Amino acid sequence: MSRYFTDEHEWIDVDGDIATVGITDYAQEQLGDIVFVELPDEGATFEKGDDAAVVESVKAASDVYAPISGEVVESNGALEDEPALVNSDAEEDGWFFKLRIADASELEGLMTESAYKKFVASL
Amino acid sequence: MTGKDDVAHMEEELPLGELPLDAWHRGKGARMVGFAGYHMPIQYEGIMAEHSWTREHAGLFDVSHMGQLSFSDEAQGQAVDAALELLLPSDIKGLKPFRQRYSMLLDQDGGILDDLMVSRPGDGAFDGAAIYMVVNGATKYDDIGWMIEHLPDDVTMNHMEDQALLALQGPEAGEALATLIPGTADLIFMQSGLFDWQGAPLWISRSGYTGEDGFEISVPGDAVVALADALCALPQVKPIGLGARDSLRLEAGLPLYGHDLSPAVSTIGADLGFAIQKRRREEGGFIGHARVMKELADGPGAKRVGIAIEGRLPAREGAPIFANGIQTGEVTSGGFAPSVGAPIAMGWVSLPDSAIGTALEIEVRGKRIAATVAPMPFVPHRYRRKA
Repeated sequence: MSRYFTDEHEWIDVDGDIATVGITDYAQEQLGDIVFVELPDEGATFEKGDDAAVVESVKAASDVYAPISGEVVESNGALEDEPALVNSDAEEDGWFFKLRIADASELEGLMTESAYKKFVASL
Repeated sequence: MTGKDDVAHMEEELPLGELPLDAWHRGKGARMVGFAGYHMPIQYEGIMAEHSWTREHAGLFDVSHMGQLSFSDEAQGQAVDAALELLLPSDIKGLKPFRQRYSMLLDQDGGILDDLMVSRPGDGAFDGAAIYMVVNGATKYDDIGWMIEHLPDDVTMNHMEDQALLALQGPEAGEALATLIPGTADLIFMQSGLFDWQGAPLWISRSGYTGEDGFEISVPGDAVVALADALCALPQVKPIGLGARDSLRLEAGLPLYGHDLSPAVSTIGADLGFAIQKRRREEGGFIGHARVMKELADGPGAKRVGIAIEGRLPAREGAPIFANGIQTGEVTSGGFAPSVGAPIAMGWVSLPDSAIGTALEIEVRGKRIAATVAPMPFVPHRYRRKA
């Protein structure tokens, strides 16, 4: 399994043709206390860059974009009851949704973990 | 990820100013944002934790961005009182020394230009000024311009830019402040006094904007770092950012100027008629009086109301409000309320839809969520009204 990152502070785990998407620990830290996550319905299809989810912190609502194109096969129901999971475990249990990858070539433009760390350090 | 409703929309385009506690905030790990023209701390450890700390203990807020004004004359305050009774709808002549009142500036049409606190100093505070006033930071220069236009030549207004302002708020604020300044224990809600702390004159009122007991402390800018350090060294006190200040005041049902109040709305519609005492209603003689009297007689077109929201999705400023499928108004403040454990909002709706219990719908990202007109405050006030 490989993990990729975007400059919109999302992570993508790729396992076969399924991509699990979440926001990074840096992103949750910037957002602060998360009180609500609006997740996409199963079966929804996104083009890369579409609004896919919304994360509400105490102070603001922020869009989460589809980092690659695909069809939603699952959303993380645990976030409905416990949105703060995104704060406590952003890069594992706080995942947002899983996509069936439409075009694997879109992964090529994404960052590796070390490249993302450098990107965050430059902010 | 992009914040679409971030505090950034409040940022100003002019270069941001630095307040006396700027480095102090950064040293405490604050995240700074642009607010009302200054770098201000939005949070330290997190909005929820800071909010809860203030409700349970005592939070220290830096509100030095607010405008502190004093008014004086050569006539024992009579010229000041007469001039301010033209500008403010509140009873100024009847304001006794050491007493504070909530008031507002109205325009000719009765629209709200700002809301403010006005108090009568005593013991020679503020160089013997007749009136001390605190106005909102984002509006202070407009307020000053408006007042200069309307004040007679025999009244002097002084903008005390070298004065800092702290708020200490929460159920443990009283015991905390009394350990530094014992005399403050005797103050009651909306009462003020002049105190000395290590040679610095402090004008302290028992008031604030969180719904909790607490104090607002006007302190010379060159003494504010030492005072903030002394307060935060107390076990009851932690520094609190603007984020929690906003969620606390929303739960307390207190309107925020520029959001819930604006020149487009009126005092009576805003449910702030308590700021206009009986004599002023009857006698008039203040800018905006006609609108107040008309709305007292006929009712306002729209009212500011509290809104309880079903479910967990917060409705934020600008979200349209519907009643029976027809748009009746708009959310003016909204967010998750940590002490309520649910989203709440404040908004303006047409008068017929403003009764407590009225069923509403609020549109958030294309979805209609169920909501109800709710009594305010959402969290009971805990002011100290008696000694």
